[in-house]
Amino acid sequence: MNAPLIIFFALAAMCVTGAISLILQRHPIHSALSLIVVMVALAGLYLLMGAEFVAAVQIIVYGGAIMVLFIFVIMLLNAGVEERTNLSKLAGFAGIPLGVALMGFLAAAVARSQDMVQAAAQSGAPAPTKALANLLFQDFVYPFELTSFLILIAILGAVVLAQRENA
Amino acid sequence: MVPTHYYLILSAILFGLGVIAFIFRRNIITIFMSIELMLNAVNLAFIAFSRALNKLDGQVFVLFVIVVAAAEAAVGLGIIIVIARNRQSLNVERVDLLKL
Amino acid sequence: MSDFLAQHAEILITLVKIAILLFVVLTVNAYLTWFERKLIAHIQSRWGPHRVGPHGLLQPLADGAKFLLKEDPTPAGVDKFVYYLAPLLALALALTSIAVIPFGPDPLHFKGHDIYLGIVDLNIGILALFAITALGVYGLALAGWSSNNKYSLFGGLRSSAQMISYELALTMSVVGVLLMAGKFSLRDIIDAQANSRGLFGWSGIFHWNILAGPFPQILGFLCFFVAAIAETNRAPFDLPEAEQELVGGFHTEYASFKFAMFFIAEYTSMITVSCLCSILFFGGWLSPFPASWTLTTYLPSVLLIPFGLWVIWDGLRYETIFGKLILPAVGAVIAALGAAFLLFPAVNAFIQGPFWLLSKIFTFLFVYVWMRGTLPRFRYDQLMSFGWKLLLPASLANVVLTAAALLWRGN
Repeated sequence: MNAPLIIFFALAAMCVTGAISLILQRHPIHSALSLIVVMVALAGLYLLMGAEFVAAVQIIVYGGAIMVLFIFVIMLLNAGVEERTNLSKLAGFAGIPLGVALMGFLAAAVARSQDMVQAAAQSGAPAPTKALANLLFQDFVYPFELTSFLILIAILGAVVLAQRENA
Repeated sequence: MVPTHYYLILSAILFGLGVIAFIFRRNIITIFMSIELMLNAVNLAFIAFSRALNKLDGQVFVLFVIVVAAAEAAVGLGIIIVIARNRQSLNVERVDLLKL
Repeated sequence: MSDFLAQHAEILITLVKIAILLFVVLTVNAYLTWFERKLIAHIQSRWGPHRVGPHGLLQPLADGAKFLLKEDPTPAGVDKFVYYLAPLLALALALTSIAVIPFGPDPLHFKGHDIYLGIVDLNIGILALFAITALGVYGLALAGWSSNNKYSLFGGLRSSAQMISYELALTMSVVGVLLMAGKFSLRDIIDAQANSRGLFGWSGIFHWNILAGPFPQILGFLCFFVAAIAETNRAPFDLPEAEQELVGGFHTEYASFKFAMFFIAEYTSMITVSCLCSILFFGGWLSPFPASWTLTTYLPSVLLIPFGLWVIWDGLRYETIFGKLILPAVGAVIAALGAAFLLFPAVNAFIQGPFWLLSKIFTFLFVYVWMRGTLPRFRYDQLMSFGWKLLLPASLANVVLTAAALLWRGN
C-alpha cells in the first residue's frame, strides 16, 4: 500500500462519486459541477501517470472552457429541475441492472486480460513536453492542421446557430 | 506502482456510468454532459496504454480528442439553444416530432 | 520523535512553508487594501484612512473585525450548496496559485536540508498557473447564478465572459517568453533570462525578457498586463462589479465574510499577476544592475536604514500607544535588518534576489492601484471588442514575430 496506490484510489473514488452524482442530481447545474469534479480528478490521474502536459491541457480546456460553456448555456436557458416522468417505471427496473451488468462486463473483460498488458517500469516519470511537441509537429502534423480547420468550422457553426432569426 | 489494468477498469466504470446517464436522463444538457464523461473515460484509457507501452502517441491522441470534444461541445450547445428556443423545453421527450 | 521528524522532513518543511506563506500573503492582502485606499485618496486630493492608528495603519484590522462581526444573512431562494461554494472556490483557487511562485534563487541550508524559497517548482509551472486561472471563472459565474437576483446574474455572466475572452490573450502573450526560455518552469524561465545574451551584449537590465534576446517582449508584456487586469476584474475593466452600474454585480447578495472571501481572492490574484509580470518579463530576482557593479548589492541596506530611522522618528510624534511604542519598535527592526545586511555579507548575498523580486512586485501593485485611481471604466461592448479584436491579434503577432526572430538568429 504505497503512496501512488493510495492517491490512485482517492482520485478514482472522486471520479466515480462525481459520475454517480452526475446521474443522480436533479438540477443540471449540480450535474455540471459533478462533471467538473470528475475532470479535475482525471487530471490528477494523468499527473499520477506522468502525463503532465495533458493534465494541464485537460484542466485548461475541458475544465476551464468547455464546462464553462455548459454552465453558461444552463444559466442562459434557465434550465430548471427535471420533471418527474410518467413512463419509465419498467425502464428503471430493467435498465439499471442492465447498465450495471454492462459496466461489470467491461471491467471483467479488462481484468481478465491483465497479463497481456504489462505494467510500466517507470510509473511516475514525467513525459517531457518537448518530446510530445516533436511528435505533434512532425509525425502528427497533418491531423493537427485538420483540427485547426475543425475548430474554424465549429466557430462558424456556433455563430450561425446562435443567431436570432432576423439578425 | 499502480498496475495498468486498474486504470482500465476505472475507465470502463466511467464509460458505463456515462452510458447509464445518457439513457436515463431527460434533460438535453445532461445527456450532452454524459457524452463528455464517456469521452473522458476513453481519454483515461488512452493515457493508461500510452504509459504501459512507453510511447507518447496516446497522449497526442488525447490532445486531439480534447480538441474534437471542444468543437463538438460548441456546435452541440448551439443546436441545443436553437431547440430550446423553438420548443421552449429542454426535455428530450418533447423533441419527438419532425415538425413543431 | 526526532526519528519521525527526520523521516518525514520534506513534508514537514513543506507544511511549514505553506503556513508561513499563507500568513504572509494574507497580511500583504490586508495592507494592500490600506495601500490602495491611501494611494487612491492621495490621487484624488484627499487623505484616506488616517484616524484608525497613525497613517491609518490599523484600518485593515478594523476592517477585519467588521467582516468577522457583521451579520451574514443568506437570502431566500438561493441554491444553498452553490451559494456557499462560490466564494470558497474563488478564495481556494486564488491562494493555491501562490504555491508555484519562486521567491529567491538560493536555498536556505538548515540541518542538512536545502530549503528553497517557494513551495514547489513544477515542470509545468506556468501551465499550472493558467489552469488555476481558468478554473477561477467558476467562482464568479456560480456566485452570480446562485444569488437568485437578476443584477447578480448579469454581473456573473458578464464577468465570466470577460474573463474567458481575456484568458486567450493572456496565454498567448506568454508564449513569446516560453519560446525564448524553452521551458515551462518559472525558475528555469528566470535562469534563461540570467543566461541570455542581453541587448547588444550589455548586461544587467538588458537580460530581462522585456529587453533581451532576439526579440524584446515589449508587446508581449503590454498584452499580458492588460489581459491580466481584465482577468482580475480590476479597473478599468471592473464593469461586472461596478457599483454604479450593477449595484455590486456578482457579489451583491454576499455579505460580510463571504464578501471578504471574494475580496481577498481578488487582491491575491492581483499579487499573483504582479509576481508573474516580474518573473516572466522583468527578470524575477535578477538585479537591474550588472553583476560587476558590486556597490549596488548594498542597495537594500541603503534603503532600509533611513526608512527605519524615519519610522522611529515618526512614531515618537504620536501620543497613542501604537504610535509611541509599536511604530518605533517596527522602525528599529527595519533599521536593524538594514544594518545586518551591511555587516553580514552572506546574508546580504542571500537577500539580493528576494529584495529585487519584492520591489518589482510592489511596483506592479502600485501601477495596478494607480490605474484604478486614474482611468475611467470600459463599457461592456468596448471591453469585449478590445479583447477579441485588438489584444488577441496583438499577442498572436507577438508569437509570430518572436518565433521569426528566433529562427533568424538560428536558435
